[in-house]
Amino acid sequence: MDFLIFKAPMLMVQASLDGILLGILFALIAYGMALQWGVMNIINIAQGDLVILGGYIAYTMYLAGIHPAWGVIVSPIIMFFVGWALYKLVINKVVDRDLFISILATFGIAIVFQQLMNFIFGADVVVAQSEYGTTMLFDNSVTLPNSKIFSAFISVLYAVALVIYMKKSRLGRAIRATAQNARAAKILGVDTEKVYAATFGINAALCGIAGALISITLTLHPYVGLPYTVRSFMIVIVAGLGNLPAVAVSGMGLGLFEEFADYILGTEFRIGAVFMLLVFILVYRRFKLSKKREYLK
Amino acid sequence: MNKIAKLFVTFISAITLALVSFTSSFAKVEGEYIVLGSAISLTGKYSSNGVHTQNGYNMAVDRINKMGGVEVQGKKYKFEIIYYDDESNPKRAAQLAERLIKQDGVHYMLGPYSSGLTKAIAPVTEKYKIPMVEANGASRSLFTKGYKYLFAVLSPANQYLEVAIDLAVEKNGGKGVRIAQAFEQDAFSQDVRLGILDAAKRTGSEIIIDDKLPKELNDMAATLAKVKATKPDVLVVSGHTKGALTAIRQISEMKVDVPMLAMTHCDAAKLSKQHGKKSEYALCASQWHKNLSYKDKFFGGGKKYAKDFQKEFGYDPPYQSAESSAALLVFKDAFERANSFDRDAVRDALVDTEMQTFYGNIKFGPGGQNIAKPMILFQVRCKGDDCENRVVAPTKWASDKFYHPIPKWSERS
Repeated sequence: MDFLIFKAPMLMVQASLDGILLGILFALIAYGMALQWGVMNIINIAQGDLVILGGYIAYTMYLAGIHPAWGVIVSPIIMFFVGWALYKLVINKVVDRDLFISILATFGIAIVFQQLMNFIFGADVVVAQSEYGTTMLFDNSVTLPNSKIFSAFISVLYAVALVIYMKKSRLGRAIRATAQNARAAKILGVDTEKVYAATFGINAALCGIAGALISITLTLHPYVGLPYTVRSFMIVIVAGLGNLPAVAVSGMGLGLFEEFADYILGTEFRIGAVFMLLVFILVYRRFKLSKKREYLK
Repeated sequence: MNKIAKLFVTFISAITLALVSFTSSFAKVEGEYIVLGSAISLTGKYSSNGVHTQNGYNMAVDRINKMGGVEVQGKKYKFEIIYYDDESNPKRAAQLAERLIKQDGVHYMLGPYSSGLTKAIAPVTEKYKIPMVEANGASRSLFTKGYKYLFAVLSPANQYLEVAIDLAVEKNGGKGVRIAQAFEQDAFSQDVRLGILDAAKRTGSEIIIDDKLPKELNDMAATLAKVKATKPDVLVVSGHTKGALTAIRQISEMKVDVPMLAMTHCDAAKLSKQHGKKSEYALCASQWHKNLSYKDKFFGGGKKYAKDFQKEFGYDPPYQSAESSAALLVFKDAFERANSFDRDAVRDALVDTEMQTFYGNIKFGPGGQNIAKPMILFQVRCKGDDCENRVVAPTKWASDKFYHPIPKWSERS
């Protein structure tokens, strides 16, 4: 078989850059999920819907005549409080229960959010325009939308800021302590309830940033949240919890893998290929773990 | 406490009983009303188009009732519709169809919105031998199942973009063209794809890219990079409103130069409004446009319909509304020709339908699809930042000349 991508080396460059830029954005969403999963042991099915809600905040600004890129500042602020409120209303009741209960609860939240967004913003697919233009490389044979470069840059910026915050600040230390051992942290005077609420808020804020970026790079619709949840879930599974560099690498890796699968296997298999990779990684991990266990015996 | 509970139960059952007897008293024809039923998406992901459909139905009911109603055996009747919200969910739609037929006693149905939901309802109406005139299910598979009680006023999906390929071949001096295509993997878009495959075979054209987009995909960068590398004569994209919006966004951002771009769902996506000048020169398939010169005595012509609709509902009618209104005209015509309320007589009259409405000519083929009306193509054209859709094909209805080839991005301001 002859593959288009091997005949045109520029396509390879284009595919790699497209994959990496999109992967960085997904990594940001996945980082929020990993953080909140690690600290609270909750798998948040509503993650993607929080992203879309963040996008609609930026879109509303765009409709009001404000440049949607400001959404990356406004949207996380609003979303932090949305996340905080969600924690106080629902999540705090399921945080100590088993994983299944929290999956059910967040699944419910996802449905409520979808219907609310449908009710408020309508069922039409919408886009916000950034008018950022295009960067052309190699004599126009590789074209990169500036909006995608912008979104990757903002994602990296926020991720770095968050890492520093987690290392240096009081709340950051409290969050890390709670993640390590919630009971011990409580005994030592950490208000774990507050830490949980803040963690969920920070996660929602990260979703808000990603949503604002998606409104100018992709499209928004009340019912497209789930693919984002699934994608970030996969990135976290591959990277493991509480390991930001791994999340970033696995986000970009999945983005790259997906682009190349598109060229080599065909567009219809790109999502399938990612799932196959996930299965492969899970099997491989289990295999490695069982070896370790044998050694321990 | 116990007493109150008992009272409460009695009260609830009384209300339920009253409701049941009330709803089942709606027979097929109640006094001077002919009762039609429809499950329609008022919530969920199809809700905006569901509302367009409902508005179209309501507009026609009002108009027909005001202009004398339906005359059967010398007596005048009015239309009335029972609606239920199917929540954009096929299972729910099928349940509601059963409920309309069995509990509400409806004997004539109007279709829901979308091919998927029509597919869910059609087996039910077929089972109970209920004639259904539908206006929003275009999937070809609806018309190949041998349904006897299903009638569609719209052209089937495989015809959507065939005209575009013919146009490209014509511009190429009658020689075959090189086609790149990307279709979402859903029933409707895949039917559009089959139409393109037929057209390609017929015209000796070659398909060089044939991408199937996953439903959850909102990024077509890879497909467009392939298009850039292979330089086809035509790019065809169909993936509902999301596909149309994504395609224009990324074609403009990646500066993909292609001489002709053909799509579906441009008007539903409000392409010219959301993307403005970036969408200029895109060619779009449509069932109807207000500038067409078809006429009937109820709505006058397309322009008059658009004006009245705008007055009533406050927005320009999309083709989903126009075709829904046409469905009621078809029913009225069939009732009067059958001159009876017998379901099979009405069904036979529907088979013989041959009429012109403001929406187009209507005559049903053996599968129930409308074979008398061609699809039209419009092209997005802009004056300054003001963009609108202008009909360019077929030539008979064209208000503007088809602009070909699309200027390169480097030459566009």
